[in-house]
Amino acid sequence: MKLKNIAMAALAACGFAGAAQAQISGDVVRIGMLTDMSSVYADIDGAGGVEAVKMAIADMKGMVAGKKIEFVYADHQNKADVASAKAREWFDTQGLDLLIGGTNSGTALAMATIAAEKHKPFIVIGAGSARLTNEACTPYSIHYAYDTVALARGTVNPMVKAGGKSWYFLTADYAFGASLQADASEVLQKAGGKVLGAVKHPLNASDFSSFLLQAQGSGAQILGLANAGGDTINSIKAANEFGITKSMKLAGLLMFINDVHSVGLKAAEGMYVTDSWYWNQTPEARAWSRRFFEKMKRMPSSLQAADYSAVTHYLQAVEALKTDDGEKVMAKMKATPVNDFYSKGMIRKEDGRFVHDMFLMQVKSQKDSTEPWDYYKPVTRIPGDEAFTKLADSKCPLVKK
Amino acid sequence: MTEVFGVPLPALLGQLLLGLVNGSFYAMLSLGLAVIFGMLNIINFAHGALYMMGAMLAWMGMEYFGLSYWAMLVLAPLVVGVLGLVIERLLLRWLYKLDHLYGLLLTFGVTLVIEGLFRSFYGVSGQPYEVPQALSGAINLGFMFLPKYRAWVVVASLLVCLAVWALIEKTRLGALLRAGTENPRLVQAFGVNVPLMVSLTYAGGVALAAFAGVLAAPIIQVSPLMGSNLIIVVFAVVVIGGMGSIGGAVLTGLGLGVIEGLTRVFKPEASNVVVFVVMALVLLARPAGLFGKVK
Repeated sequence: MKLKNIAMAALAACGFAGAAQAQISGDVVRIGMLTDMSSVYADIDGAGGVEAVKMAIADMKGMVAGKKIEFVYADHQNKADVASAKAREWFDTQGLDLLIGGTNSGTALAMATIAAEKHKPFIVIGAGSARLTNEACTPYSIHYAYDTVALARGTVNPMVKAGGKSWYFLTADYAFGASLQADASEVLQKAGGKVLGAVKHPLNASDFSSFLLQAQGSGAQILGLANAGGDTINSIKAANEFGITKSMKLAGLLMFINDVHSVGLKAAEGMYVTDSWYWNQTPEARAWSRRFFEKMKRMPSSLQAADYSAVTHYLQAVEALKTDDGEKVMAKMKATPVNDFYSKGMIRKEDGRFVHDMFLMQVKSQKDSTEPWDYYKPVTRIPGDEAFTKLADSKCPLVKK
Repeated sequence: MTEVFGVPLPALLGQLLLGLVNGSFYAMLSLGLAVIFGMLNIINFAHGALYMMGAMLAWMGMEYFGLSYWAMLVLAPLVVGVLGLVIERLLLRWLYKLDHLYGLLLTFGVTLVIEGLFRSFYGVSGQPYEVPQALSGAINLGFMFLPKYRAWVVVASLLVCLAVWALIEKTRLGALLRAGTENPRLVQAFGVNVPLMVSLTYAGGVALAAFAGVLAAPIIQVSPLMGSNLIIVVFAVVVIGGMGSIGGAVLTGLGLGVIEGLTRVFKPEASNVVVFVVMALVLLARPAGLFGKVK
């Protein structure tokens, strides 16, 4: 038994050494993506995200550094154990070179540990927890699209400036809701506003009217929705029905364009939304989005655009280095600025945070919307340094202070 | 201001009323389940998926054919009723002689198929559906603004529940139906087509689910997952009321809606669990449910 173990270890060591010497391990660059393909977050990333990655690979003609690119994906079902088991399997048996993490922070945190253990790049797109670049940061993770801190700052600051000083939170009763509310409250207090109260509702609550009546009773100006997906949609629907929107302004702290699509403009009109990207923000974004629309019959969310951008950035790094060695590619990605239709900026060396501008947008009225998916009008651009946590405030152990 | 346990009375009244609104959904869904269980002995797990279909059909009618809410309120239950006939004739009828578990498993499978189909075509984030023009706006009750649509939901569902109860308990058809479940061979000997009656009962039960779905469409996110969020609670309601008891299902549905509403005031986080706590307590005291008969 002992002998066998030693033999295995020796073999593994040889394999490792071999991989380090070879330019492209296994003569193929393998990209794997784990995201929610079937449940609550499947529309904001899911099959659309998979398509975006395929587009990125197709735009490189399926080849990088003279070798073939392969792409695998799977549904993590929003379960951290499923995500980590699959990631481990891919790294160990398929020689995966890059792991893309889709929606759901629980799964992303689990995958980050494994990618770090295997010394392979891990790019988080869909998950929002700021822990990924703070307490749980690793040298191999990149947090690409957004995080809860950026969303809170993006939405709270401008609303306080516009006079919305008293807030009431409607918070989903689990880790994500709590951290979104905590981040937003912190920003709010710094900006001179105050929290008048909060009500916690269970995840996937059947009805929001009673929570909303409690919120209305507080007399606050702004109702902050610290929830996501179906819960946000049902909150907005009920708020309109009960006339809450006449006395309070709604602020969705995590809303994607798919949520707006499903609420309908009539109910969502006038809401403020912070996002990293909008399909109609520039001519380049529009051109890419039209291509995406051809395939998926809907406009891309910011996450799907980020999927494309991140994979392209990775492939360009591999192309430039002519190797898929995890450590070298990480360094290259962090040293090269990102500049494409999705965003412009640098991936921070210390904690892997991609620092880029965020956008505050307001939902258009039905009258102003001129075509399908024409939902947002831009309000302000939030510079990356203001949106994301500063290095000095980072809780990432890798950041030297 | 008058207060009850530290909560202002108007706020409390408002919450009670909202509880009643939610309760009427529970009542209508558990009514259909109770009818199907009482008459067919099938635990119809597909009820949630058929409720979702009702709501999705309402949206599809509007989107593709420009059919109004009112038209779909009639059409959607018909379409789902026909689908119910197909399910019963093709699948369920082979299982009547077997243990309940087989019916549960089969209808669970049907649920997965229906939900999966809708999910692959329409995604999960749902479709917009507006409150019909005639029912938009709210009534000022003094202690709260009650949207007209919610008032309509309570009235419509109570009427439907009453009608179904009367049909089964007070008419000759209902009497035959009940006799048919007690002793099918004897009733058949009197010249009654029992299998047809059973098929129609299943169709009627699932049509109720679709009706509830259309009612829900303007106020709840219309998505392929909406049924599975609700079905477990509705099963708890049926179990508390007593499996197969029609009056029990309706009363328990309304009662639990109110209890849930009160929980939202005093301990919001617990509002999803309270139904199951009640279920555990009731089953400890009365294993056959509040209105069920021990066989």
